[in-house]
Amino acid sequence: MALTLISTPLNITTSDTAVTSVDITSGIDGTYQSYEFHCVNMYPETNNVNFCFQVNAATGSNTAGFDQVITSSSARAYLKEDGTGGTLGYDANSDHHQEVSLQRILSTGTGDDADQSVSGILRLYAPSSTTYVKHFLAEGNGADHGDYTVNSWTAGYINTTEAIDEITFKFDSGDIEAGTIKMFGVS
Amino acid sequence: MPDISKINNVAVADISKLDSITFADGQKVNNQSVSLISDAHTLIDTADSGSGVASLGFTSGIDSTYDVYEFHFTNIHPETNNVNFLFQVNPSDDEVGSGTGEYDTSPITSTFMTSYQKEDNADAHPSAGFLYEADQDIANVANYVPLNLHVAAAVGDESLSGVLRLFAPHSNTFVKHFMSDTNVYTNGDYSRRALVAGYINDTTPITQINFKFASDEIQGGNIKMYGVAKS
Repeated sequence: MALTLISTPLNITTSDTAVTSVDITSGIDGTYQSYEFHCVNMYPETNNVNFCFQVNAATGSNTAGFDQVITSSSARAYLKEDGTGGTLGYDANSDHHQEVSLQRILSTGTGDDADQSVSGILRLYAPSSTTYVKHFLAEGNGADHGDYTVNSWTAGYINTTEAIDEITFKFDSGDIEAGTIKMFGVS
Repeated sequence: MPDISKINNVAVADISKLDSITFADGQKVNNQSVSLISDAHTLIDTADSGSGVASLGFTSGIDSTYDVYEFHFTNIHPETNNVNFLFQVNPSDDEVGSGTGEYDTSPITSTFMTSYQKEDNADAHPSAGFLYEADQDIANVANYVPLNLHVAAAVGDESLSGVLRLFAPHSNTFVKHFMSDTNVYTNGDYSRRALVAGYINDTTPITQINFKFASDEIQGGNIKMYGVAKS
């Protein structure tokens, strides 16, 4: 496996202008079999929010926006800094069953304290396929608003056979005030 | 795409020299264009146990050059049977060589999940697939953090392998997130996978990292530290 850095769609600090979303509208094609998105210290404007993604088939029949049908599962483990609440479980609030809303990934309930953030990796497989649905795997860790560490695994498929060529990342409320996103191709 | 993909059954992408002549992307071999596949992973350093060391670690090379660092463990073998494999870090204001550097000042909060199977199938594996191990999680204390458990050394073929990813250790704003995925041949002949993740609750840049067993030496294997390209 070889990882090739394609682009850096986001690289801002709290001193920069915040962004509502990070929309990647080029570079996702048949060049690579799979793509990795490395999200580092995504910092929200709003307390207790969830980092999410959605995709678009811009060259397909549904060009209305980032609203593809997703079915996914999600699990998470969390522990509070005071040692209470250590739990592993299925996260029914983060799964999708043929839904077109934003897909939560990497963590949940991220806090907006100055040192809190969420980091992790999303892998998207064969987005250019016009035969198969598009699988994805995500794993991340976040600093929750209630001082928990939250480690999330989310996986599923985008239930379309049209080529996926655009992706958006955002919190489900408020802006992204800091963070870095890098897009890699996997050979 | 290259006009040729293999030379003597070796992928062109894996060839850096022909007869000791270095060639570059875009050059041609026998008038065939060569397309070299780059890799965003840069090997920074390797820590090798040799015949035995108390710990393995990196006291340089962790800085702002990369946003994501990966530590690849290959066949880490303990001196003593049934020991846990651990890590901790030093912040830049308490390094080996300048501060006390004892890997005991950065509090960590982390979760710990395992999945396992015994060789003879004689023990129940977790019904949910993974089991939360409440006695292995860490709640905001500066102890060494377990990355996997019960590494065996009874016969000699047992070890631990896997990867630890550390995000933005250079940040002086945010806590430092990490995720680890390792597998172990354990005492009692189990295969045990452990997923460990959390954050180092320190806004001081993290510049050093140390790995060891809970007791005695590391007597086999190596750890490679990679940086993932920023540009």
